[in-house]
Amino acid sequence: MGVDQPLGENILTTSLDSLVNWARKSSIWPMTFGLACCAIEMMATGAAKHDLDRFGIIFRASPRQSDCIIIAGTVTKKMLPVIQTVYEQMPEPKWVIAMGACACSGGIFDTYSVVQGIDEALPVDVYIPGCPPRPEALLYGIMKLQDKISKERNSFGSTIGLGEKLEPAA
Amino acid sequence: MSTEIMTLNMGPQHPSTHGVLRLVVELDGEIVEKITPHIGYLHRGIEKLSEHRTYHQTIPLTDRMDYLAPMHNNLGYVLAVEKLLGIEVPERAQTVRVIMAELTRLKSHLVWIACHALDIGAMTVFLYAFRERELVMDIYEMVSGARMTSNFFRVGGLSKDVPEGFVPAVQNIVDTFIGHFDTYEGLLTKNTIWLQRTVGNGVISAEDAINYGLSGPPLRGSGVDFDLRRDEPYSGYEGYDFQVAVGEKGDTFDRYKCRLVEMRQSISILKQALGKLKPGPVLADEPQVCYPPKEDVYNSIEGLIHHFKIASEGFPAPEGEVYVGVENPKGELGYYLVSDGSAKPYRMRVRPPSFVNLSAIEKMAKGSMMADLVAVIGTLDIVLGEIDR
Amino acid sequence: MAENHRAVVKLKERFADSILECKEFRGEVTVTVKKEKILEILKTLKEDLRYNFLTDVTAVDYLGQSPRFMVVYNLYSIPNKDRLRVKAPVDDSIDSATALWNTANWLEREVYDLMGINFVNHPDLRRILMPDDWVGYPLRKDYPLQGPDREPYKGRLS
Repeated sequence: MGVDQPLGENILTTSLDSLVNWARKSSIWPMTFGLACCAIEMMATGAAKHDLDRFGIIFRASPRQSDCIIIAGTVTKKMLPVIQTVYEQMPEPKWVIAMGACACSGGIFDTYSVVQGIDEALPVDVYIPGCPPRPEALLYGIMKLQDKISKERNSFGSTIGLGEKLEPAA
Repeated sequence: MSTEIMTLNMGPQHPSTHGVLRLVVELDGEIVEKITPHIGYLHRGIEKLSEHRTYHQTIPLTDRMDYLAPMHNNLGYVLAVEKLLGIEVPERAQTVRVIMAELTRLKSHLVWIACHALDIGAMTVFLYAFRERELVMDIYEMVSGARMTSNFFRVGGLSKDVPEGFVPAVQNIVDTFIGHFDTYEGLLTKNTIWLQRTVGNGVISAEDAINYGLSGPPLRGSGVDFDLRRDEPYSGYEGYDFQVAVGEKGDTFDRYKCRLVEMRQSISILKQALGKLKPGPVLADEPQVCYPPKEDVYNSIEGLIHHFKIASEGFPAPEGEVYVGVENPKGELGYYLVSDGSAKPYRMRVRPPSFVNLSAIEKMAKGSMMADLVAVIGTLDIVLGEIDR
Repeated sequence: MAENHRAVVKLKERFADSILECKEFRGEVTVTVKKEKILEILKTLKEDLRYNFLTDVTAVDYLGQSPRFMVVYNLYSIPNKDRLRVKAPVDDSIDSATALWNTANWLEREVYDLMGINFVNHPDLRRILMPDDWVGYPLRKDYPLQGPDREPYKGRLS
């Protein structure tokens, strides 16, 4: 970190951004929210062989307790308002992963009832291709999200009068 | 004291509705008075889409209906098309189809026992069953390249022969799975909590079960002896010796027992099928319908043109209509195809077992506790992809 | 042949003038009947001929023909292990079979939802798969695959 222990062995110095981002990325709590086939692979990722818990990822049943939503499956026009409600119920900061071809683009279901990609409604952070993506692909996608979180810039300092205030990109 | 009926909304985002099912429940205290299921949150228009696809192009759509048992969906569909065309399938292809179908049954039932137990609070079974399911997934991957959406069967046989290592992998499952089933039973069958949650819960009589059109384990759990593998054999099932599990009381525990017996019977069928697996062709000799072997496509211009013609234009099917039902892990999965003589189905109708089974939930859960409603959903073993299509 | 099928013989005896066509294709017997008598015919099949299991109710849209739709009932007999298909040509409405089988409830709702066929005396005829405020009947042949509000994508076969 560029500092040679001037404060003793138990003290590290870092920026607030890195600390908060490190905390956030190490405990992503996605919502248990399965839509279709991809949900089964999502369950398989959480279960014995692939074990999401080792990344600090624990599925939460309530949107109020989660900070990530994995859109795992086909989004239909009937389901879209429900997803939007659930997304709005999640506290900030929150991230969206579009898992699978259907969530990314509608996939093979180019029909009257299917929303052609969840990015028509929600801001997607990570797209994971595949029909359905393998558990390894989902793990890779979640790690990409962790990378993204660790590079985020916040403006915590400005609330106590230190540092700059970041305006959200227009 | 006065009481009033409370209306509670459950789903479509709810951890124990097994997908995007929404139930509007009317409660008197904790007792369920009325249930109104709302479905259609995963309606993708597969029936309509298949009218715009050739017969071969429809196969991958069927994978995504009952995504816990993709190969059964493929099987029912290709059997229906084969019946429409009047094609005979070579013996080796039939045997491999039986092996894959029974593996699929295991795979589907493993997810059922995992989720059903998890819903009622037995979490260990979930982790065990998903561990075993990975072995079946490995075989899926071995034969088709995909873990779930296999698209392995073709009209007239299989997309390709099974690779080396297939037989030992299936043999491994035959050898080890009975022990795993014993473990699940050890955790559940005599577990007091399990018994209290399942015995006498979600009862439906044989008469009502037929009236509601239930099929598969929910029907057999009520004591009706009906299994299409035996009653209307397809893909060579008449040559296998297996027992159809039938319950008595029609409660959640009986259905649980039925499915466990079915899993053990699947192992027995797998064992017999491995004995029958003889070398031979895996695709019927029907150049109008079947794809040519890959070596021809890569090495000769005739083969390439042949492949291209079938892939882009498909094949015309004779005018007529057929219905084929197969015993899916969930119940009777039927395909009703209407052909007008062109290369695309005029109408493809899927008879979805989960859809029909779910319609009986009103009957089964009425009068039970709210918490037991979750057990009823679990015991019906529904898949929303197939209900909504 | 279809004429010798036990159910067809019986139906011809009783409903001689209501039977439009009997056909056999790939070993499956299909009886086409007039829609006015559909309930009585299904009742006879269920109670006297032991076709106790209503497998499926669906409909096919023959756009350009009159009557336009064909409602299809797939019956199965659990005791006798055989199948029979009953069809009835329909313009817009037919009697509901819910009085005979509870299965018909949801299956007919689905036909109503996707094909727009009205089932008379159905206890709860609402849309089931599509949202309540959906306009149109998607499985009809004149309904575009991608929906009416979207330009069809022309990049491939569909």
